[in-house]
Amino acid sequence: MALQLRRKVHESVVYIDRDSAPRIISSGMDFIPEDLPVGTRVIYPNAPVKGLPNREAAIRYALNHPHDCEPLYAQLQPGMKVTIAIDDLSMPLPPMSTPDIRQTALEILLDLLHANGVDDVHLIIAISLHRRMTEWEIKRMCGQRVFDAFWPDRLYNHDAEDPDGMTVIGETRHGEKLSINRRAAESDLLIYLNYNFVPMNGGHKSVAVGLCDYESLRPHHEPQTIRDSDSYMDPANSELTRKINRLGKLVDEHVNVFHIETTVNNQMFKGELSFLTKNEDDFSAYERMKYEAMRFTMSKMPLAAKRKMYNSLTSDYEMIAVEAGRTEPVHERIIAKSMQQYVVPIEGQCDILICPIPEISPYNVYSSLNPLLVQVMALGYHFNMYRGKPLLKKGGVLILHHPCYDEFDHVQHPSYIEFFNRLLPETRDSHTLREKYEREFATNPSYIEMYRRGHAYHGAHPFYMWYWAENGRAHVGRVIAAGAENAHVPAAMGWERADNLTEAIAMARSYMGRSAQITMLHQPVIAICDMS
Amino acid sequence: MAAAAFYDLEGTLVSTNLVHTLGFYARNQQGILRSIKKGASTLVSIPLFAAADAYSRMVFNDIFFRRYKGQSEDRLRFFAQDLFEDVLKPAVFPGAKTLIRKSRSLGLRQVVVTGALDFSVAPLMEYLGVDDFAANRLEFVNGVATGRLLPPVLASATKASWIRTYAEKHDINLSDSYAYSDSMSDLPMLSIVGHPAAVNPDMRLRQTALHHDWPILNLK
Repeated sequence: MALQLRRKVHESVVYIDRDSAPRIISSGMDFIPEDLPVGTRVIYPNAPVKGLPNREAAIRYALNHPHDCEPLYAQLQPGMKVTIAIDDLSMPLPPMSTPDIRQTALEILLDLLHANGVDDVHLIIAISLHRRMTEWEIKRMCGQRVFDAFWPDRLYNHDAEDPDGMTVIGETRHGEKLSINRRAAESDLLIYLNYNFVPMNGGHKSVAVGLCDYESLRPHHEPQTIRDSDSYMDPANSELTRKINRLGKLVDEHVNVFHIETTVNNQMFKGELSFLTKNEDDFSAYERMKYEAMRFTMSKMPLAAKRKMYNSLTSDYEMIAVEAGRTEPVHERIIAKSMQQYVVPIEGQCDILICPIPEISPYNVYSSLNPLLVQVMALGYHFNMYRGKPLLKKGGVLILHHPCYDEFDHVQHPSYIEFFNRLLPETRDSHTLREKYEREFATNPSYIEMYRRGHAYHGAHPFYMWYWAENGRAHVGRVIAAGAENAHVPAAMGWERADNLTEAIAMARSYMGRSAQITMLHQPVIAICDMS
Repeated sequence: MAAAAFYDLEGTLVSTNLVHTLGFYARNQQGILRSIKKGASTLVSIPLFAAADAYSRMVFNDIFFRRYKGQSEDRLRFFAQDLFEDVLKPAVFPGAKTLIRKSRSLGLRQVVVTGALDFSVAPLMEYLGVDDFAANRLEFVNGVATGRLLPPVLASATKASWIRTYAEKHDINLSDSYAYSDSMSDLPMLSIVGHPAAVNPDMRLRQTALHHDWPILNLK
């Protein structure tokens, strides 16, 4: 048995033995050491793929050697109208160290456009129904030079609620209408600058979702589409991707899109914090000391200071691929490269899945992780990170580890508050929520005003967060919130609560049996489990 | 059942307040000397108005509207259009019209409930495209203002009771209705609807909105 436990099936999969070191649980903003039961399988991120040595050169090469279309310079004519749409700061996580890849690409693109006599250029942040990026965030992402030249008249956030700023470009044969940003639709050339972080990103989703409005999202941002996706992180088996691709073809019929996709490795931190993604058994004495010092410091800090420090973290991802040209061939190549980085082969499903939830998600950049975001990270994003079949057996127990603070950001997530306090006590059924309340929230003038003039997520956004976890909710037998500081948040979500991980594992074993296979996703992790 | 959106006006949809209106009329008296005298006395009264408002909106109304005593009705009405063009129209918050337009597109009846004077805000109401408005009315005797308001005086709780009566009369469901205000004094009005929101709120209302998890809008 011991030999079997110690076998090395893959460098990213570690089995806990009697003499294994405690694992670091990234729970909210804390890093808690926990001894896991012998035999627990721990999944780590793959070793980072080496980044491209010269990303400027790689971007220039991609622009000059696009897939299925003329090089960018050959498509440019003096006096033409060009729009560059850019992914927002929901990716990567945490925000990238400067200069951001988008800044590098933008500077190259704008020089090229200027050299070819193209001066009518607008830069639009493709936020869809996400919150508007602040001036400071845009400056940080695009760089001072671009910001000074374009902000605010020619560099701005997409506004899905501007009646004059949107235009209907058509309808699929399935009756799905698509409206996109008028400036983008009416441009002679739309350049989309994408940042591919997880396999769900990019492709036709960039334009058809990033620049659309609420009504255009309704046909696919809904619970049944999510249920029919197995999973939405696996583009080949995602109903969400299929529906968005239909809309993307519509875009291609009406708009000349030149797509630039980039992808990065998974080197979230390098230098002093790189030990966070390392196998704890391999820690050096210095790394163990660093960890203890960090844990001690964080435990003594007030919550606000801890959040400030946490939000100041930046990531050190390196670009590993950049492709340009028509959307589909570009996306296909980027996904292949992305999978090369993220795929971890896993043998056999588990009965109990431990999923610590760090305070990081695409929807709380410079904000707090509210209860709805905790559920979408556990039952949505992490649950769906598989190919083939879920990591957790049907009816298994998912243990998430997070304090589950009853805390919402009034600036960024106002509609989440009403969703949590008013709707969840009535029903947790996604279809009922969609039919009965989604449109009410989406058209609430207060939420629309806060989306358009403030920095709030759209009124419909908490519904998407709920639908995103639809598969997870339908699949798992029970959810236990370990380390939750209160009882009412887990209760509102339909979860059980445990004081700590040990208690949660004992509870889970009482349901699944003593011999239940336990697997833990070691956070922070971006890994697609390739199940066999 | 229909629903409505109820708005406070000053500080919520426009940046001006009652003192701006009084100041405008004070500047436009018969004769330059009267204008200077009235303008100066309004100016020095501002701290008194502020203190009275902080103490009680009812006390403020008593003191404030006395300043209109002796003014002729036709003069006040005559200058209302100028007041709108010179003072009120430029003071409309950039987000006010889009909020009203969006709200109207949902089929909500647009109603402004304000403590300002009816004749002074009538052109603004037309400009904003509201369906109904309720404002305070000065008492006139023989065409001259007495400095008193005709009941019901709209302030704090009376705004809420006016809304209740209005809702009953027009078959409006208050649970589905919206209310917007910038001031803590409008807490009763915000509390009786299903969807209250604080707009450009003062510190006290901001705290209340945070405690009640109400949306906080900035129309500036």
